Amino acid sequence: MVPEAEFTSYYGRPILKASPWQDDIPAYLFLGGLAGGSALLGAGADLSRRPALRRASRLGALGAIGLSFAALVHDLGRPSRFVNMLRVAKPTSPMSVGTWILTAFGPCVGIAAAAEVPRLVPRPLRGLVRRAARPAGLAAAALGPAVASYTAVLIADTSTPTWHESYRELPFVFVGSAAAASGGFGMLLAPVAEAGPARRSAVGGALLELAASQRMETSAGLAAEPLHTGRAGALLRASQALTLAGAVGTLLGGRSRPLAAASGAALLAGSACTRFGIFHAGQESARDPKYTVVPQRERMAERGD
Amino acid sequence: MARMGFFTDTSVCIGCKACEVACKEWNGVPDDGFDLLGSSYDNTGGLGASTWRHVAFIEQPAKANGDFRWLMESDVCKHCTHAACLDVCPTGSLFRTEFGSVVVQDDICNGCGYCVPACPFGVIDRRSGGTAVKNGGLAQKCTLCYDRLGAGMTPACAQTCPTESIQFGDIDELRARADARLRELHESGVAEAQLYGHDPDDGIGGAGAMFLLLDEPETYGLPPDPVVTTRDLPDMWKRAALAAVAMAAGVLGAFAGRRG
Ligand code: SF4
Repeated sequence: MVPEAEFTSYYGRPILKASPWQDDIPAYLFLGGLAGGSALLGAGADLSRRPALRRASRLGALGAIGLSFAALVHDLGRPSRFVNMLRVAKPTSPMSVGTWILTAFGPCVGIAAAAEVPRLVPRPLRGLVRRAARPAGLAAAALGPAVASYTAVLIADTSTPTWHESYRELPFVFVGSAAAASGGFGMLLAPVAEAGPARRSAVGGALLELAASQRMETSAGLAAEPLHTGRAGALLRASQALTLAGAVGTLLGGRSRPLAAASGAALLAGSACTRFGIFHAGQESARDPKYTVVPQRERMAERGD
Repeated sequence: MARMGFFTDTSVCIGCKACEVACKEWNGVPDDGFDLLGSSYDNTGGLGASTWRHVAFIEQPAKANGDFRWLMESDVCKHCTHAACLDVCPTGSLFRTEFGSVVVQDDICNGCGYCVPACPFGVIDRRSGGTAVKNGGLAQKCTLCYDRLGAGMTPACAQTCPTESIQFGDIDELRARADARLRELHESGVAEAQLYGHDPDDGIGGAGAMFLLLDEPETYGLPPDPVVTTRDLPDMWKRAALAAVAMAAGVLGAFAGRRG
């Protein structure tokens, strides 16, 4: 048992403000990862002629990015003013950078997905969509990893102790989680004969996520504590169990249709739990002045003031 | 234009809360409810979307004579030199004025809320209540009375402060005044007096609102060593780029090798 840290506060009240964000934001972190990973898988499947995996991944990417967009707009204090995001392009604002990445990514994903459902495309546009699908899918794949990783910077670039203190590992946790989720999605929907790359990418992602999370624990110091307590702790324990089970299931039974589907679902659920867990741990770390005062005091002591 | 700001000398604050009232009145900040908080005379709680000046009250056993002492401090936005709220704002609503202060443009803010967790002092917040409330759903905080400054006036809080605990003026001049006041207090035996936010080399590049405190910052609910989060942003982008490359290589690599 670690001894309780001694610190002074103003009536135990928070020093920082927790973000005003609701569950829209962790949902977006998950869906953005799923979309980014699926865009990559879709392009790979396209080039390697795996039509069922291509179709599932392209449509999955579009669905995920559409829901992401809805979540982002819904979380605004003034949703009708969403377009104000497009007034400026600011490298110091990860949200601005992300908006521009999504603005480029969305239409590419849309075109690639439209080619999978030609009957829904107006007849005069069908030929164009068919020809544009591959280049659009490749462009989406080029942007996909950015969509999956910038969200780590989005939350780390705050004063929220748990998010900021884990900024070194968070992008790796997030891309691992994204690869696991999109691989899992492919395994869930594509036949096993085509899903080999989805399985490999899912297992690789799951391992990366688990390893980067481990490292994050040590490097975040005291700010890692909220990752273990309360709702966040429960979510992250669930995430670890689901991700591990999904990876093992994939390795042992990925060639059996029911086992592949179950493992894929476990990986998707694990990825969602990771995002919600990290989100809530951060919120908790902002609400408790301990995580503000104690590390700052330690920093001052090290500097000698 | 010289950079303008506040020096709040808590050693002469009498806790009258005239600053809180004047701020609300002048800026038309809506009522946000009344609560008895059980924290001495502080029933305001802290800075927020509808509280731009907040007077903290602390009752302490005095170290000297076994009696107790009051600490009172009128808190406000620090108008940081390196302001995280402004850095992360994705719409350009938050901007740096010609007076060096940091201000939200209400007609541009879309209420994304990013500035709220970015601020290392927990100052700025999104006003709840939706469109039924004035500027509901938008980020709100002290403007250093931008409208008054434009007309050559003093911010409402400093104007009303009866003890000159809140002083307004040119930042360099205020810094010199703060140094002099600290020396005076130290010479008269108030060893615990310390300045806060006056150092241009601190984690936020110095505040546009500095303080003279009679105890450690955290006693007043202030962070002892605030750092602007964007200081680490170049490093964050580098790590994210590395992760993105790893992901692209990993997923596309999964297509290599034998089929199946
Ligand atoms: S104290 Fe907070 S709200 Fe005020 S300028 Fe600094 S970062 Fe912005």
